[in-house]
Amino acid sequence: MNKGSRVEVSSHSRIGKKIKSVLPSRNEWKSQRAFYTMMIPGIVLLFVFNYIPMFGVILAFKDFNLSKGILGSDWAGFKNFEFFFSSQDAVRITFNTIYYNGIFIVSGLLIAIIFSLLLNDIKNRHLSGFYKSAMFLPFLMSWVVAGYISYALFNVDLGIINQFLNALGFNSVNWYSDAEKWRYILPIANLWKTVGYLSVIFIAGLAGIDHSYYEAAEMEGAGKIRQALSISIPMLTPIIVTLFLLQLGKIFYADFGLFYNLPRESGLLFSTTDVIDTYVFRALRTMGDIGMSSAIGLYQSVVGFTLVVLSNWIVRKFNNENALF
Amino acid sequence: MIKKSSNIFSGQIISNIILAVFSLFCILPLVLVFSISLSDERSIASSGYSLIPENFTWFAYEYVMNSADSLFRAYGVTIFVTVVGTVLSVIVTALLSYPLSRSELRFRRPVLFYVFFTMLFNGGLVPWYILITQYLHMKDQIFVLIVPYLVSAWNVLLMRNFFRTIPESIMESARIDGAGEWRIFFKIVSPLSLPSFATIALLNSIAYWNDWWLGLLFIENRNLFPLQLLLQSVLSNLDALAAFSAARNIVVELPGETARMALCILAIGPIIIAYPFLQRYFVKGLSVGAVKE
Repeated sequence: MNKGSRVEVSSHSRIGKKIKSVLPSRNEWKSQRAFYTMMIPGIVLLFVFNYIPMFGVILAFKDFNLSKGILGSDWAGFKNFEFFFSSQDAVRITFNTIYYNGIFIVSGLLIAIIFSLLLNDIKNRHLSGFYKSAMFLPFLMSWVVAGYISYALFNVDLGIINQFLNALGFNSVNWYSDAEKWRYILPIANLWKTVGYLSVIFIAGLAGIDHSYYEAAEMEGAGKIRQALSISIPMLTPIIVTLFLLQLGKIFYADFGLFYNLPRESGLLFSTTDVIDTYVFRALRTMGDIGMSSAIGLYQSVVGFTLVVLSNWIVRKFNNENALF
Repeated sequence: MIKKSSNIFSGQIISNIILAVFSLFCILPLVLVFSISLSDERSIASSGYSLIPENFTWFAYEYVMNSADSLFRAYGVTIFVTVVGTVLSVIVTALLSYPLSRSELRFRRPVLFYVFFTMLFNGGLVPWYILITQYLHMKDQIFVLIVPYLVSAWNVLLMRNFFRTIPESIMESARIDGAGEWRIFFKIVSPLSLPSFATIALLNSIAYWNDWWLGLLFIENRNLFPLQLLLQSVLSNLDALAAFSAARNIVVELPGETARMALCILAIGPIIIAYPFLQRYFVKGLSVGAVKE
């Protein structure tokens, strides 16, 4: 259906072009001028806040000195990179970033797909409405609020989880100093926040599927699970691939809010909670090491960029339609 | 027929249990925060937090309302940032995406790429930070909480998709009637696009309301703290809360734990109140974004 409308639009524009070549060019120039005037604020803002910082990556090769400015500061060659990559930190934060994002992508998509299929099947509208509202609510909460929640849960003396453990006869756990536990806490927190939002997207996708497929399948005697595997999932594939690619492209960028607000910058937890973004932030704000923090930032940008282009290229090879660009 | 419906029912019990458990998992943490805020500080100190308020009291709210000028100032900052930011961002985004949706725009592809490329590559945190603090001198200016978020490539692409659903023949006939592009945009396209403007406005207003990142980076002046940044500073440091009362010479014992949670509830209150409305539009906006084309 959508394809049809797209064809229609493009044939329209072809007619439009024919008309345009007949129209006096002064008129056309006038409307082009109007279009470009409209776009000026947006183009300028993108230039200032997105493009100028791209040139700022030369900071990674400078020994930045505030009084000399960016261009005037001395060149440092690759010293900033050497310092970072020779430390233990490089491996740790790179691993943590990819490890968590990998888990987030797979678990989030998988659970959201299952939940959307379940939700789509619930006949009672009030119940399914309640589930959707409940699941979507965390998406509107900031990570700061999630930080309050995790504090209420994991506080060593007062926290509800330790009380629960005590009631069952177990000892209290020192959550804010036991790094290993965060390997599980962080993915669970991520599911809390994102599953509802992802499910909403999949439910919208499911709503677009023609009902006659299911009717036909039912007539052939296919059960619910069979229908999900043979109809729903294949029909959702374009959305799944799009969401997967969007997140894969950002696998080198951690969700700063999650990693900053939940572990509360506790140094004892850094082995499992420190990611590239929190590290860069700390290098910039606490240590004030501009050279090194911009070197890590550049490393992040370049690898991140390569990953998006690469993953899109791979998808394009297999199925052109699912590629992002 | 009967067999079928009983089959569905048996399957639905399991689905209902799974979904109900996950729903509770999503809501209960917020209920916990709410109930702590309604508890008595001393009973918390002795027996810890609980899901049901112990010795129910509004004292924490009274305390926060009476002693925390910063709370009201932070509310003011956040409301200002949210309203101005949302309005400006919708205008700028619409003005950028509309021409990009028109096939007769010359250099449409290069401009589209110019927008899209910002999603693929960026200079990183540090150059951006230095640009804003050292060159634009926006540190501790309220507009630093607004301007960096005005245009996002994602919103531009989303809105462009909306605009493309408007049939070109409408614009074409207005043009033949002699209307200029600005007139066409304001008199014809905008009224048709109000639902999409509302969607982007909601997405952006939540982003502005919940933002603490720009504040964390660029605001040091406590008078300009947005709500979420105040919240964050109080969680990381209870003294920030105590500082309010010290200034006012309040003798009462500081209800630290409960007041903190009360502050949190006050910050998310508006979102909860507007939630039914927000949810409906969000769902619409998100599905258009992802299920596009």
